[in-house]
Amino acid sequence: MTGVALFNRAKRPAYIPSLELVPQVLAGSRLAVARMISRAEGNYAEASEALAEIYKHTGKAHIIGITGVPGAGKSTLVASLIKALSANGHKVGVVAVDPSSPFSGGAILGDRVRMNEVAEANQAFVRSMATRGHLGGLAPSTLQAVDILDAAGYSPIIIETVGVGQDEVEIVSAAHTVVVLSPPGLGDDIQAIKAGILEIADLHVVSKADKPEAAATVAAIKGMLALGKTLQSSNKFSSAWDAPVLAVSSVSGERMESLVATVDAHWKHLRDSGEATERERNNCRTRIFNMARHLFQQQFDEGPKNLEQQLQAVMKRESDPRTAANVLLGWDKER
Amino acid sequence: MSRPVPTTETRSTNKIRVLVAKLGLDGHDRGAKVVARILRDAGMEVIYTGLYKTPSQVVNAAIQEDVDVIGVSLLSGSHVPLFRELCKCLKQSNAEHIFVVAGGVIPEQDYDDLKECGVDVIIPQEARAELIVSTITAMVEARGRI
Repeated sequence: MTGVALFNRAKRPAYIPSLELVPQVLAGSRLAVARMISRAEGNYAEASEALAEIYKHTGKAHIIGITGVPGAGKSTLVASLIKALSANGHKVGVVAVDPSSPFSGGAILGDRVRMNEVAEANQAFVRSMATRGHLGGLAPSTLQAVDILDAAGYSPIIIETVGVGQDEVEIVSAAHTVVVLSPPGLGDDIQAIKAGILEIADLHVVSKADKPEAAATVAAIKGMLALGKTLQSSNKFSSAWDAPVLAVSSVSGERMESLVATVDAHWKHLRDSGEATERERNNCRTRIFNMARHLFQQQFDEGPKNLEQQLQAVMKRESDPRTAANVLLGWDKER
Repeated sequence: MSRPVPTTETRSTNKIRVLVAKLGLDGHDRGAKVVARILRDAGMEVIYTGLYKTPSQVVNAAIQEDVDVIGVSLLSGSHVPLFRELCKCLKQSNAEHIFVVAGGVIPEQDYDDLKECGVDVIIPQEARAELIVSTITAMVEARGRI
């Protein structure tokens, strides 16, 4: 039996400080963009200043979220979108999220398999990300990756969520335009009137339109939307945009152009109606909240000095969990 | 100026990222998938490229994914020219910090040629799972985070 043949070439590139990478990111260097995303993902303390600098250069890109159940055809749809959007002269960025193993923490990121060719041919930037234990459909640093691509001049930027169930709707506070992809043949019209994933769509797409069941799925979704419309007077979440339902087929290439046109029309609608600002406000609010929670969690996990003291006090019933939490948050008064 | 390094705490959230690739006209990816699964189970993040990729496609994917290692499984016999092209592409793209690991059916008489091309490690087909994992882990850890 032969052993491993290890040629032992010394590979020790210098660590480039993140702040020095920023100008390269802004200039669109792929190496710098990729490295910066890894540092955001790896939660390098050293990178936080650079990420703050990068954030100042964001807000230009149209962010499109693609979500749907596993196997709905998200990656295939993204590949078709890259092709169609690039043909219109866009520099497309993609962040594709796949699940991490809850046991080993490892992941197999396979979204790229379907996008490689088009990404290569059209100079698109595709980055795969693992959820690293995060629930909700995205990875913890998906939005930072989007920031970096945005600052590097990519637009639109497509976020492909993990295959979701009925309730992973985090994409709503991450994207401007949310596309919910439904494959034909799953469930009836009762599935369509349930709360959750179908409610968040700005645009419904039924995939695999070449299959005969697709027409029924389109009808079920349209029925759900029509029902919502008649009740709209009492619904404060209504907006002037009626979510269209499109059936597409990546096999036949059917209606891919109309999908791109509809996505563009939605972006135009958001900006013309002022809803873009409204969504931006909500999205930023969610990001601040999530970051605050993350920072507190991080601090808590590190075991701050006064944690043990508070813990003892709560165990001995000298304090209670709420008071202890207030102390740990550094809030001097009860809230 | 001292070289900034990520703190121990933040280091732990990082994962070894590996691009598992199939180059050229070689349609057998059972082995590549098994290796991908082994690395996943060892806690690594594995990006699989799919079949029939060109060296430049693999290098572009590796750069965008910022992987630590490119693992190529080749059973077709055309490993020497393909690895030569792959390593040339890496050099041209300023991405020589990415390790190149060769696996599959590679006769020992070709080891020197591959070394000369720039391949870092050859893992023989009879290698056990632990050997694959420990070789990659040791290599990336010796290099350190970048």
